[in-house]
Amino acid sequence: MITRRRMLLGTTGVAGALVVGYALWPDDRLARADGLAAQPGERFLATWIKIAGDGLVTVMIPHCEMGTGTSTALAQMAAEELDADWSRVRAQIAPADALFANGALAEGFLFESKNLTLSSIPAFLRGTAADATGAIARYMDLQTTGGSPAVRMTGVYGIRISAAAARELLVRAAAARVGASRGSFHTAMSRVIHTSGQSFGFGELAAEAANHRPSAHPPLKARNAYTLVGASLARFDIPAKVNGATIYGIDVSPPDLCYAAIRIAPATGGKLRSVDEASAAQMRGVRRIVRLDDAVVVVADRFWRAQKALDALRPTFDAGKKAAVFSAALRARQVSALGGKESTTTDLTVGRGVDALGSHVIERLYHVPYLAHAAMEPVNATALFRPPRGLEVWGGSQDALAARAFCAEVAGMPMSQVIFHQLPSGGAFGRRLPGSWNFFEYAVRAAMAVPGTPVKLIFTREEDIQHDYYRPAVTSRFRGSLSTDGRPRVWVNDYTTVDSADTEAHIIYGVPHQAYRAVKIASPVPTGSWRSIESSWHGFFVESFVDELAHEARRDPLEYRRALLAHKPRHLAALNLAADKAGWAAPLDAGVGRGIALVECFGTIVAQVAEVEVAKLGSVRVRRITCAADCGAVVNPDGFRAQVEGGIIFGLSAALYGAITLEHGAVVQRNFPDYPVIRLADCPDIDVHIIESDGTMGGAGEVGVPPVAPAVVNAIFAATGVRLRELPVVNAEIARG
Amino acid sequence: MGINLNVNGTSHELDIEDDVPLLWVLRDELKLTGTKFGCGIGSCGACTVHLNGAAVRSCQIPVSAVSGQPITTIEGLGAGTLTALQRAWIEHQVPQCGYCQSGMIMAVSALLARNPAPTEEDLAAAVTNICRCGTYPRIRAAVSALGKPAGDAA
Repeated sequence: MITRRRMLLGTTGVAGALVVGYALWPDDRLARADGLAAQPGERFLATWIKIAGDGLVTVMIPHCEMGTGTSTALAQMAAEELDADWSRVRAQIAPADALFANGALAEGFLFESKNLTLSSIPAFLRGTAADATGAIARYMDLQTTGGSPAVRMTGVYGIRISAAAARELLVRAAAARVGASRGSFHTAMSRVIHTSGQSFGFGELAAEAANHRPSAHPPLKARNAYTLVGASLARFDIPAKVNGATIYGIDVSPPDLCYAAIRIAPATGGKLRSVDEASAAQMRGVRRIVRLDDAVVVVADRFWRAQKALDALRPTFDAGKKAAVFSAALRARQVSALGGKESTTTDLTVGRGVDALGSHVIERLYHVPYLAHAAMEPVNATALFRPPRGLEVWGGSQDALAARAFCAEVAGMPMSQVIFHQLPSGGAFGRRLPGSWNFFEYAVRAAMAVPGTPVKLIFTREEDIQHDYYRPAVTSRFRGSLSTDGRPRVWVNDYTTVDSADTEAHIIYGVPHQAYRAVKIASPVPTGSWRSIESSWHGFFVESFVDELAHEARRDPLEYRRALLAHKPRHLAALNLAADKAGWAAPLDAGVGRGIALVECFGTIVAQVAEVEVAKLGSVRVRRITCAADCGAVVNPDGFRAQVEGGIIFGLSAALYGAITLEHGAVVQRNFPDYPVIRLADCPDIDVHIIESDGTMGGAGEVGVPPVAPAVVNAIFAATGVRLRELPVVNAEIARG
Repeated sequence: MGINLNVNGTSHELDIEDDVPLLWVLRDELKLTGTKFGCGIGSCGACTVHLNGAAVRSCQIPVSAVSGQPITTIEGLGAGTLTALQRAWIEHQVPQCGYCQSGMIMAVSALLARNPAPTEEDLAAAVTNICRCGTYPRIRAAVSALGKPAGDAA
């Protein structure tokens, strides 16, 4: 019999007073979870934490491993609250099942924080919520890894509490055995220890502990008692990444595997017109030629044979309705829309807003291009369609549960008949989030054409770059005016948007009159989340314009920002530390300049100083990036530093070289030679300094990206007097006089 | 008709076409999936292996061109134990997603075999592989630590 009891999940916050009342929790959940992921001799404790008879602790990770070190950091948080012996702790990627979604955890434990507000939920999820309650409920029912949620949300509000509850159960079991009070025990190194000195291993107690009911309010450790959280422990996943052993999605090999190569209509919305099937059908290894509406797929016994047959097909496509789309025209349309009365998604006014603009208005226009993700592992997926039994899919996804549902929908079968195997991703950066799943769709369709045969569909690099879900091209216009003391008095910002209101445009600086207007313009090509999302463009726009205002006011850009941050001590501290470590005031040779930028996103405040050298003929070399980041508390400092270093380099590739352009509705760029990225030779020295503060824990994966572009562009200005208002830098003419 | 391939010290007789790139033979015929597909045009280096001890991009080499010549992949590096280079990669926590790292390690190990203490410039000139996660600073640190004489604590 399934008993149910009502759990209260609640949180109160500012802005929207988030209060969630929830939910009916079937008591058979732990038993079902036992059946799905526990091995004989193991017991599930507290939803996501598994303790085996031999004492091995396994933490189930409801996120993907794409290089961010999430599994290790979450295991650290669990081990800390459990008082587990770190050498006996493992992490396991959770099955794509609702039991292991964040929702299962939400249903089990009190969800409580004064800091969790609507604004701390990633923007791309915020848009799906009808209200605050809906937002958190939807968020918690996903296995999403996007918006830097893993450590700061799953960890802080979930796994940490699960672990503390599990620890309490183990103590309770020991107390029952000895017949002593719970208060006479403490825990250390995976043992429950009585004041008498008698002690029990976690493994010995696991079965008995599982008979007790987990508490919704387990006591949590104080931060100053942490020994594992805050330590730079080695990542679990690294040893298998230095000897080729890690199996990524592209490496899976179920028995009788076939391979699929695909060519998709170059222009978005284009249709497949013709294929020369006769020439390809007889080629060695070819199993099936699959004509889809907008693409053609060849299934063969080897990937290379599939590719050769695809070439032999010489497919032709209609250009579709987007044939008239060119990047230059799109940019011009954005500029004119900002001046017009097109539909706006949001208007926000502070003070008197635009009405406060005086007669001397400083007006500037900025633009960023579309960008591809270009993760190292080209997107791919493997599918096996076996009616009536169901569908099995292997791949890397930034939301395994949603991927399972998506594949079920493509195949037209209930989710219960679909198995999804989550595999590590060779990078993702937003490319594998829900809404960006053409590779899953095509793989399932290819598999449906050859029932009973597993099919691995791999995009070539060219298909990967030309059929991405791009970081949108955006135009932003500022109008500002200064007070007599040089400080900004009015800040007016109009910008284009594909769909959201972009609160990331809102400035942290103290300016009395502000106005924001987001002008909605549909994108002719698909867009998606790209590492740091809206902050990737607004960071550039805002931090460029504030630098321009400093110049207009004849102030040092660092001093100028400082004066506007008197009310923001954490921002000020980050700015000061970056400037200090970079030696902001130290003299530089001719042609070398420093630029500074400060962006807060995903709960972390990041300041960066770029030191840039511009040669006589205008070539730019970024010599050094100095970064200070305040993420509140940090779980694994070395892991955090690695993420920020990586974010800086990712952002720098885009700032210097990145541009996806459209001609006749199709993407021009094809591969790394025309979509260049940073390599060892042009990678600057990078120093990342972590500031630990009492702030709410912030993100790591995305936060290094936004300040790089403005810091570099501001440094180019300092070196040359040339102000770049459009990225990438490589397209600009910068000859210094 | 068949092609003889000598990979990681093992000889294979393969019934495959002459023009198949070595990369796909390693991955799809021999199931040595540590060598990765990244760009297919010899630009990114994810497919780097050793041919006669030198780093080459296996996506650009037709299998017939290397018949009988010694090829080493990431799986064959260090013959069962981790090399000092691989241990340094763990020590410096180099990989993030890890996808490019087989190619990186093969490229760096070929460099170190001929130049045990490369400068940053040597390293950048020899290792042109792409890493999108941005592990370059740690690659530099790991290689620099390897280049120092044993016992040098600096």
